[in-house]
Amino acid sequence: MFGYSMAEIGNIVVMQGFSGLSMFTVLLLMALGLAIIFGQMGVINMAHGEFMTIGAYTTVLISKVAATYGFTNYYFVFAIAIAFVLAFAVGYFIEFIMIRHLYKRPLDTLLATWGLSLVMQQIFRSSFGAKEVSAELPEWMLGSFQPTPDIDIPINGVFVMVLAALVTFGVYMFMFKSRWGLRVRATVQNRTMAGAVGINTAKVDRVTFALGCGIAGIAGAAFTTIASTGPTTGTLYIVDSFMVVVFGGAASIVGTIASAFGIAQAQSVLQFFMTSSMGKVSTLLVIVSILMMKPEGLFASKLRK
Amino acid sequence: MSTLNRRGFIKGAMLGAMMAAGLVTGHAFAADYPTAKVNTTGLAVTDTTVKVGILHSATGTMAISETGSIQAEKLAIEQINAMGGILGRKIEVVQEDGASDWPTFAEKAKKLLEKDKVASVMGCWTSASRKAALPVFEKDNGLLFYPTFYEGLEQSKNVFYTGQEATQQILAGLDWIAKEKKAKTFYLIGSDYIWPRTSMKIARKHIEQHLGGKVVGEEYIALGDTQFGSVINKIKLKKPDVIYAAVVGGSNVAWFKQLNAAGLNSSKQTMLTISVTEDEVLGIGGENLAGFYSAMKYFQSQDNDSNKKFVEAFKKRWGKDAVIGDVTQAAYLGPWLYKAAVERAGSFDVDKVQAALPGYEFKDAPEGPVTVEANHHLTTKLRIGQWGKDGQAKVVYTSGYIKPDPFPKGYQ
Repeated sequence: MFGYSMAEIGNIVVMQGFSGLSMFTVLLLMALGLAIIFGQMGVINMAHGEFMTIGAYTTVLISKVAATYGFTNYYFVFAIAIAFVLAFAVGYFIEFIMIRHLYKRPLDTLLATWGLSLVMQQIFRSSFGAKEVSAELPEWMLGSFQPTPDIDIPINGVFVMVLAALVTFGVYMFMFKSRWGLRVRATVQNRTMAGAVGINTAKVDRVTFALGCGIAGIAGAAFTTIASTGPTTGTLYIVDSFMVVVFGGAASIVGTIASAFGIAQAQSVLQFFMTSSMGKVSTLLVIVSILMMKPEGLFASKLRK
Repeated sequence: MSTLNRRGFIKGAMLGAMMAAGLVTGHAFAADYPTAKVNTTGLAVTDTTVKVGILHSATGTMAISETGSIQAEKLAIEQINAMGGILGRKIEVVQEDGASDWPTFAEKAKKLLEKDKVASVMGCWTSASRKAALPVFEKDNGLLFYPTFYEGLEQSKNVFYTGQEATQQILAGLDWIAKEKKAKTFYLIGSDYIWPRTSMKIARKHIEQHLGGKVVGEEYIALGDTQFGSVINKIKLKKPDVIYAAVVGGSNVAWFKQLNAAGLNSSKQTMLTISVTEDEVLGIGGENLAGFYSAMKYFQSQDNDSNKKFVEAFKKRWGKDAVIGDVTQAAYLGPWLYKAAVERAGSFDVDKVQAALPGYEFKDAPEGPVTVEANHHLTTKLRIGQWGKDGQAKVVYTSGYIKPDPFPKGYQ
């Protein structure tokens, strides 16, 4: 078939399947934090990518510390935890000084958070330098896992996959099984009533926003294994993140998952059969046409307007 | 430093001829060159100073790449000032930020030329920024020293190109890899904009017509794309002898990290890239690059004396962790070439300066001697470096001198 043996084609199908899944988990990790902030709170956070960059730089710094003190093999656990805490803290602070004053003006948050993203980029540039840096990866995370000699499964891909699964599970538990999640959902559905029954909606907002930022921090830490870390790294992810969330239906976390899966698979398959840029263009065209017919996205929220 | 004392004031042309004959390299005193004589077009040249502009992106996406150029240009200018300046005049730097935004480059170029009246400008990095600023330089008759290796197909009397044009970087490199690695099949991959596309066009023609090889795949990645899974699988299916790569920016890092993670490291795959210098290695990580090849005219590890001095001075000025890539070195040439040109012309007037530079050989360039040609590009050598884990490249091949040919026949 096309001059390739069946075995070769089989191997490619396996690896291609994996690369589709891998792209899915990357998109999912990118979009989860935004799904919470944009989906649940309606805040268009243009600085989402910069919160990822916080996570990425945290990882780079911790990898340097790890190299000095010789715990390179398992520093990633700390890096992810600290990335989350830092991004959460910054998000908490930003909500307090900026976002909460703009809840009634959604378009202004767009402008304000875009400005914030520029400010953050310049802070990164001034403090870490303009050049890109890399986190030194532990030995076990380099290279690939080979079930057969001709199949390579990238270990960093598996790592991102596992992490995305854990974070998604965590978000699910938080939103649907915890007291806090209940309050968040109540606030989203009916702010006035939620307030009336004694929920501190301002606090809920702050924690929700910070949580979304924290998850972005985790994503940023994870992406140091597959891509670059520089002051403007965040801008590489912001468009894809919004695309996933909007396409999935803003208020639905299940929608975000489905949309990340759909986009990743379409793009990965199309890019294999067409050239890379044409694959991306075709995916975008499909998304645009579906959104024209279904402007609320794949999974519309069943909220009463 | 030899000096020449037997002249008083000699007219520009006469002096130029003598300098071309190698008679003059030494100090010149401002008193020998009255401002009214050396500056007849109203540039910002006084009895003691001359204004020179630096126009790069200090902010925005391109700051990653352009910072090195700014540092190199400032270092060269400081060294020149320490030696007494140009025709006895200290260089005063006017720095503007292009902010990674192409129209801003045009605006700032205009400001530098029309308001500050700078005598020359070191600047621009991407082709897009140069193309945006070029009309301004031509209209105001300014002088630009442009450091980046680029796609060629351009020549302006107002620009000196201190990096390589495409054929200088591509042809010798392909010849080497075809011979050394017995390569027959090539997979071309680049970012999706003018430089990689023009370069790949030249590479494909050369592979097919001169090397008898075959291009088994050609792929362009959107700038900023970080997902290479599908492309890598295609490469695995095609099994090319050589991957020829010109991926830039954030994508570059993702490309190498994912290539390694997918099992395609240098023990299994030969790759020659024309977009990785020491600067990029910082982000990619030496372990992801080890064993792959880059084709550049300069590597920091070169052990000639002029380079050792340059590396030492650069680290002393900008910190011991500073690295120097191909473009950084090319940017360092700019101020020195300008100094030589003014001294050969005996004048700061742009027309005289640009006429005086072609034919000049800069013997002390860190990369080794280079010569300025009539088409305003440099005759240089090409080097192939093999990357090590430490982020430095070992030079495994050095070509002979290659004349610049910005409009290559048969490659367009």
